[in-house]
Amino acid sequence: MSRVNTAAQASRMPWETQSSTTGWKTAFLSASLFARLLPALVLLLLLVGVGSVFGVERFPPPDFSGHAVPQLVVPNPQPRSTGWLDVAVLALGLAVASWLSLRQRSRRGVVILSLASLAYFGFWRRGCVCAIGSIQNVALGIADPTYAVPLAVIALFTLPLVVALVWGRGFCAGVCPHGALQDLVLVKPLKVPGWLDECLRVLPWIHLALAVLLAATGTLFLICKFDPFVGIFRMAGPRVMLVSGVALLVLSMFVGRPYCRYLCPYGALLGVAARFAKWRPTVTPGTCTQCRLCECSCPFGALNPPMPAKQGRERIASGRQRIVLLALMLPLAALLFGWLGGKVGLASLTLHPEGKLATLVQAQEQGTLIGTPPDELTAFRQHAADRLTVFARATALEARFLYLGRWIGVAFGLVLALKLARIFFPASSPDYETDSGRCVSCTRCFSACPYELLRRGQPVSLPSEGGNRGSS
Amino acid sequence: MSDEPSIPAGENQRPTGERRRPAGSVGHPAQHSPVIEPPLPSASLPAAQFSRHAISRRELLKSGARGASLLGFGAAAGFLSGRESKDATRWQIDPNQCIQCGRCATDCVLEVSAVKCVHSYGMCGYCKLCTGYFEPEPINLDEGAENQLCPTGAIKREFIEDPYYEYSINKELCVGCGKCVKGCNMFGNGSLYLQVCHDRCINCNICSIATACPAQAFHQVPLTKPYLLRGKGASAK
Repeated sequence: MSRVNTAAQASRMPWETQSSTTGWKTAFLSASLFARLLPALVLLLLLVGVGSVFGVERFPPPDFSGHAVPQLVVPNPQPRSTGWLDVAVLALGLAVASWLSLRQRSRRGVVILSLASLAYFGFWRRGCVCAIGSIQNVALGIADPTYAVPLAVIALFTLPLVVALVWGRGFCAGVCPHGALQDLVLVKPLKVPGWLDECLRVLPWIHLALAVLLAATGTLFLICKFDPFVGIFRMAGPRVMLVSGVALLVLSMFVGRPYCRYLCPYGALLGVAARFAKWRPTVTPGTCTQCRLCECSCPFGALNPPMPAKQGRERIASGRQRIVLLALMLPLAALLFGWLGGKVGLASLTLHPEGKLATLVQAQEQGTLIGTPPDELTAFRQHAADRLTVFARATALEARFLYLGRWIGVAFGLVLALKLARIFFPASSPDYETDSGRCVSCTRCFSACPYELLRRGQPVSLPSEGGNRGSS
Repeated sequence: MSDEPSIPAGENQRPTGERRRPAGSVGHPAQHSPVIEPPLPSASLPAAQFSRHAISRRELLKSGARGASLLGFGAAAGFLSGRESKDATRWQIDPNQCIQCGRCATDCVLEVSAVKCVHSYGMCGYCKLCTGYFEPEPINLDEGAENQLCPTGAIKREFIEDPYYEYSINKELCVGCGKCVKGCNMFGNGSLYLQVCHDRCINCNICSIATACPAQAFHQVPLTKPYLLRGKGASAK
């Protein structure tokens, strides 16, 4: 093999080892010299044994006199629902959830709605028409002009987000079967320490970034592949899926909604949308007396204590600090994570079938492949596939992974910087308020508020020790 | 579920520890009137500190972001629905690309794979020693389970006339492992091959087997022609 282009060798290829002298880009160029010999080679291979692949009649079918040869009969595709019923159920569920959490303020209503959603979207639809997964369809649809996203899936992706922009995360409260399942088994919520909570809340963004990268490149649907609860809805699945589902379900008996808070990529998007919500659940129906009774009522760490606003000079200084921090952090985080995203993109090239094949062919040609050749190479050899095409495709794919990885990394960096800014400079609030981004509208905190109990006409029980003080 | 929060006594006192019974309390008649009153302007939280300016700026930013997001979602949805094509597709295996690796049986999201073996009878040689039916070195050339290649015994063998036998697939038993397909393609006519059976396939967005297929043999074919069949004389029912 002649070495044509040394510059090409020096370029970074994820499957190139430092010691290798013949990168496949070189091979790509030199092998074109053999292009003229290719037809003869293909003909030879066809003659030798490839014929078996295409179903050559080695044994001529017999001519029966008294037996009719049956015909192959294949089942017709079943007519499938276009998904508009699911969209209608979703829209209805969202409307009812918003009404129950904001107007009706009814925990019982939300529980009943959760059960209904769990039954329909979970066990009836088998968890497979899902707003969480629709992220991937949308990502692939935007990245790949040839991929058509069904209209119902577009609606499934958009509706909960639009509702979150107006009324908060009613979707999480009672429509999402994943949320409903975890919420219904919650028996003894333990408080997750603040620092751990903040750290873990980065995970959904990592999940989202990887899922978008892999979906937009058409590699695989990560969210579906590692969905913990779909196995439970289907009562079947790979062992990993079932074990992780049951483990997460046991965990969610003691930690409020671990999947929603620390894994769900759609929840991350909904959280951002809900920050701009026009209305959101308020703990008290009237005025807050800061009695602190609601303080421990939220199992999801979504209830913020009053945060006095800074005054005068302090406030101006704090505002300046925030601007300086953001001005420094945003570009820095964007650059750092853009670079990191590019690395991750290149590393995940081998997850794509075409990238994997190119890597394996490369490894075999260099003799670095140990053990029995994998099925990919068997198929490659058996069909005498064109290695130049394989490499050319992998090169195009590599550029795509790098580009997408970088931009997704930049977006991830910006999100992280804004998250940090929010931790260092929390927004001021006069009373106990639900954190609009984190509150899933479960309505648990309402029944802790004495004003709410008064509104419902229920007895308000205050501990005698506190209640008697100062009275006659 | 914890509808009622369990708060230890003593934690629910006000920070100031100050409580007064209001004059016209609206408590439950059966109870001692609860301590409900409008918030007191305390030293730590002066009411004036939330100036109108700060609130309105935050609200302005919020509604701006809300409008922008709504526009963004609308644009994205419109853009995507413009691309929505009317041509429905289904997943199918190209039998000429299949290398019978066996992942069709293991990687489908369904409990028993939607991929099954089909038989183009018109191509079959009706061999007595069928390499798709028998183990590589069968003890006897008969229907004994120990002689059969199929792990579930899904292939039925029927004598027609000497020396011809007819082989047919029991779809209920077939798991799509492709062992018989390998045997038939290696030494026979290739009349046995794997196909996605559309009475079972739920047509996932990205086929789980397609991502695992080492030969990239899975393709999306038009719904009007959902099978890639070999030979002539095949029909859909």
